[in-house]
Amino acid sequence: MNQVAEYFGNITQSLKTIAIGMGVTFRHLFTPAVTVQYPTVKMKLPERARNRLYVNIDDCIGCDQCSKACPVDCIEIEIIKSTPEDDLGITSSGSKKKLHVPVFNIDIAKCCYCGLCVYPCPTECIYMTPVYEFSEFDRQNLIYNYARMSPSEIETAQLKAKKMDEELAAKKAAAALAPKPPVTQPIPPPANTAI
Amino acid sequence: MAEWILSQFPDSILGYVIIGALPLLFILPYALVTIYLEMKMAAHMQDRVAYMRTGWHGTLQPFADILKLLQKEDIIPTAADKFLFILAPYLVFIGTYATFAVLPFSSQYAGSELYLGIYYVIAVSSITVVGILMSGWASNNKWSLFGALRAAAQIVSYEIPTALALISVVMVAGTMNLQVLSQQQSGGIFDWYIFGGPFPIVKKLLLIPIMFVLFLIQLTASMAEVNRTPFDIPEAESELVQGYNTEYSGMKFAIFYLAEYANLFVVSAITVVVFFGGWASPFGNYLNSGGWELFWFVLKGMFFVSINIWLRWTLPRLRVDQLMYVSWKVLTPFALVCMILVGLIVVSF
Repeated sequence: MNQVAEYFGNITQSLKTIAIGMGVTFRHLFTPAVTVQYPTVKMKLPERARNRLYVNIDDCIGCDQCSKACPVDCIEIEIIKSTPEDDLGITSSGSKKKLHVPVFNIDIAKCCYCGLCVYPCPTECIYMTPVYEFSEFDRQNLIYNYARMSPSEIETAQLKAKKMDEELAAKKAAAALAPKPPVTQPIPPPANTAI
Repeated sequence: MAEWILSQFPDSILGYVIIGALPLLFILPYALVTIYLEMKMAAHMQDRVAYMRTGWHGTLQPFADILKLLQKEDIIPTAADKFLFILAPYLVFIGTYATFAVLPFSSQYAGSELYLGIYYVIAVSSITVVGILMSGWASNNKWSLFGALRAAAQIVSYEIPTALALISVVMVAGTMNLQVLSQQQSGGIFDWYIFGGPFPIVKKLLLIPIMFVLFLIQLTASMAEVNRTPFDIPEAESELVQGYNTEYSGMKFAIFYLAEYANLFVVSAITVVVFFGGWASPFGNYLNSGGWELFWFVLKGMFFVSINIWLRWTLPRLRVDQLMYVSWKVLTPFALVCMILVGLIVVSF
């Protein structure tokens, strides 16, 4: 008797559950779709979304902080010292730029979008943008070159820096050869007297 | 209509060829519409939108799909039995196509007004089993063979409840001719066999619950016969790749699909003719002439096709043992009991 009840119970239950399931799918047939037509319609990104890095090279002071912070070493920076007569302009925060930046490459293929490079930047010139569509057919195209110095500019800057270094070295050598001025010794503390 | 076409081409085989090709005029546009309908319904049931790019709301997508399939390379595996491999999809389609011969699209048009209509449909649609087994065996691939074996077991098992359910209605109606069956139900919605048929009120009331059970049996079993999702273990892609059509590509694959969709319409049409009045208008004599008959038939057919699609995207797949349980331990006994009850009612009234 028990088995008979179970048999008919199973049948009625399956019919009931099928009806419930069909009701659910029927309701969803008329609920608006949650998907969007992606390339033409885009979903709003979260406020602090991290996507493509951007460097405002005008503000960069070549401090190399971002490159040091990067856990995957995807930022490559080279610097050239400037001579005192060079005027490299000032950053947007008002400090004077003292270094040429001939190379500032970000290999975005390596970038892990952690954003650790953003925080140490003293002039806030490296930051994440909301751009996320930048696939390329050639991996070389993913190395972004932000530096804006032309080869001739780099050459003159290098020559100038070399010359300045040489002058500085010569000055030092001259200073080393010159007789040393008498060094005023600090007065030694009085001998330890018995208390 | 058949006589009229034959009279246009006296002493020529052309007339017969044209009559034979007429159902294609329906099947091809129907398949395109159903592919689109299925994708759209599936997507919207899952809160997606499906095709949107090709044409307005992706209406041209089925054409694009067919164009793509036409361009595909027609691969025949080296280890396959070439003759059977090539023959199988066509045999599957022939089995389905042959049943269109008796479908009464309207009172004027049916390929053949065979007086053994239902018997013919049940018999001929089984040819698809041969085609499916053939494709599974010829592919020389274990997944294909498994799929084919499962398909054969499933279709053969589910033919029994289908046949029993239809026999009960045949006992009530006293005919197997699909055209006559439709004719009997042409007196408005309450003359349909799902509502007891065109009988005096007492017999009607006794028949209604039985007919409803028979209808559920026929709906379930016919869904299993076309291998669609709650019963799609022959194609279960998570277990068998794609079942018997794993190795097929290009147009042969397309023909399998065409056969599946055509078969879907055939079983829906049989349900319509047997329980829902065939081409008869639900309003009796109102809107019940020429073109309207075709309209009602296709509309009702498409309604049941949509129900099949709806169920497909609602229910998960059955296990093999559950499948056999449903057929042999639930549907068949219920159909037998219904048949006996119908017999008693027919004898006593």
